[in-house]
Amino acid sequence: MQAFLWLTIVTALRILGRNRLRAGLTMLGIVIGVGAVIAMVSIGEGAKQAVQKQIATMGTNVIMIWPTATSVGGVRGAQGGAVTLTVADAVDLKKKIPALSDTAWMKRDILQIVNGHRNDNSPVNGASPSYLSIRDWAFSTGGPFTQADMDSAALVALLGQSVVDELFDPGEEPLGSVIRIRNVPLRVIGVLSPKGQSTYGQDQDDVVIIPFTTAERKVFGTLFLGTVGWIYASTDRAEDLPDAVEQIREVLRTRHRLQHGQPDDFTIRTQVELGQVQEGTSQTLTVMLMAIASVSLLVGGIGIMNILLVSVTERTREIGVRMAVGAKRRHIMMQFLIEATTLSVVGGCMGILLGVLSAWLTTVIAGWPTIISGHTVAAAFAFSAAVGLFFGLYPANKAARLNPIEALRYE
Amino acid sequence: MDALIICEDIWKIYRVGDVDVQALRGLNLTIRRGEFVAIMGSSGSGKSTLMNILGCLDQPTKGQYRLNGIDVGHLQPDRLAEIRNQQIGFVFQSFNLIPRTSALENAQLPLFYRGLPLKEQKSLASAALQRVGLSGREHHSPTQLSGGQQQRVAIARALVTSPSLLLADEPTGNLDTQSSQEIMEILEGLNREGITVILVTHEIDIAAYASRQITIKDGRVLSDQATEGRSHIVSM
Ligand SMILES: Nc1ncnc2c1ncn2[C@@H]1O[C@H](COP(=O)(O)OP(=O)(O)OP(=O)(O)O)[C@@H](O)[C@H]1O
Ligand SMILES: [Mg+2]
Repeated sequence: MQAFLWLTIVTALRILGRNRLRAGLTMLGIVIGVGAVIAMVSIGEGAKQAVQKQIATMGTNVIMIWPTATSVGGVRGAQGGAVTLTVADAVDLKKKIPALSDTAWMKRDILQIVNGHRNDNSPVNGASPSYLSIRDWAFSTGGPFTQADMDSAALVALLGQSVVDELFDPGEEPLGSVIRIRNVPLRVIGVLSPKGQSTYGQDQDDVVIIPFTTAERKVFGTLFLGTVGWIYASTDRAEDLPDAVEQIREVLRTRHRLQHGQPDDFTIRTQVELGQVQEGTSQTLTVMLMAIASVSLLVGGIGIMNILLVSVTERTREIGVRMAVGAKRRHIMMQFLIEATTLSVVGGCMGILLGVLSAWLTTVIAGWPTIISGHTVAAAFAFSAAVGLFFGLYPANKAARLNPIEALRYE
Repeated sequence: MDALIICEDIWKIYRVGDVDVQALRGLNLTIRRGEFVAIMGSSGSGKSTLMNILGCLDQPTKGQYRLNGIDVGHLQPDRLAEIRNQQIGFVFQSFNLIPRTSALENAQLPLFYRGLPLKEQKSLASAALQRVGLSGREHHSPTQLSGGQQQRVAIARALVTSPSLLLADEPTGNLDTQSSQEIMEILEGLNREGITVILVTHEIDIAAYASRQITIKDGRVLSDQATEGRSHIVSM
């Protein structure tokens, strides 16, 4: 049996080698199909991992709440625009919802930051100290501001790496120096570890973080006192997130005195949901590419079937001879199945090469991250073998069912 | 009586459109082990039809054919393939070698389906090629061989399994006199070694190699006579 398999494979390869052009054209569909699958999966995996990394930079089990303008019957117009969340909301949430391990609040403005003769326009976050822990900000030098700084509206600032790069010479120590925002001098007490891009593609390191009170009373101006741009909350366990979201909604609706049927004047998103939005878009892309890949694999499979049917017809006499000297149906069947599988597997291997190459080019040229996993390659290989087997079945069966006499007499 | 082949009232009817063609009409025939039989008859008399049935490539429409005591009339295709592989060697008028495949691999073919180890296949096949005088031509493909040589490869393929029955349907039909004689001498030698040989021919001097001549007409045996056989003359 082993000798049979071996010789049949060798024979199949020899036959393919003899009709190289024909075999090549036949394999094209498989090559393109498998290539597309590999390229697509590796780009998709790369994107997914990048998104996951970005999501991780948000912190752990984080819930974000931000105000939304209620334009339809906007009864809350008194406060103007979408400024509906307050520090009191954040404090009350923590008090009323035990599942929340902590809450934080933050408001943001884009302002000019000045260091000596240099300046840079960057987002300035006025935040509660808990913001730093919820968002998992780490420090490359220095450390966070404290509740005491918060209480005294201390003139201190934390700089993101991108701001440091803009405002300081290489090698210059930012720690301890004094920067100015709206002419308010702020001492740098910490430099934040880089986080990279956010899920929205923003540079998260282009930021200055100062105590919320400092921002409110000394830097941003006192308009909308007590309101915040974002509330953050976190839970200890990921399972608690959905419940916590519902409780937050109830508490906020009560606090905002929203009537039944009135829409929320805020939006709540968990870290998981933000990730899903991203994954959702990459999934539609994946599905589309998958459809293209399946079509070309299908076309490739039909190509193999077609060429095999031609081959069976061309070699009818040979099949007759083989039967005359004692080939059983399964022998003939195996021979053509192996030929079909050899075609598709060789095509599959070429497709894998093509896919790896395109993934590599995508990284080099477009700069997209790609990941080629062994699983993907193995699956592509197995799948191309399966395509060969499946589409070889009909021609092989046709060959095996030939009548020896008629096959021998075939002109 | 050591009968290898017993045919009783064999009919073969082909249906072509609305017409029944009766290729064999109640043919009876018994052939003993070790015989050398020549089958003759005019074109269309049913010789090839009979040979195909004897070779288990085809089955009779009616009647019983027993080979080595086995009624092969009702066997499944795979079982017939097994019998062809183990007991029968077939030589065709048009050689029927597998194209672009070496002489050795062609001769190997029956052993390949028998599932022998590769080494054994090769050594038996090259011994068979040597037997038909083709040593040194193992790696020639059919197109690199003359007609006579191709037919000798076909004979090597037929005898590589040491069959009990060798069937040859006009084996010299495509060959010149010289090659024909060489082929017949090989068949004669094989018969002398104990293989039953049945051959179809139109030529009297080819038939003269056999020890029994059967003439077929309209699907029945017309005459059946023992002859001296050329081997007897040669050995005298
Ligand atoms: N597959 C077939 N379908 C229909 N008729 C057939 C078929 N094979 C043979 N016949 C008919 O059966 C008869 C016997 O054919 P067969 O081939 O046995 O003759 P033969 O004696 O071998 O002739 P030749 O000497 O020309 O080879 C012929 O009339 C032929 O037309
Ligand atoms: Mg004939």
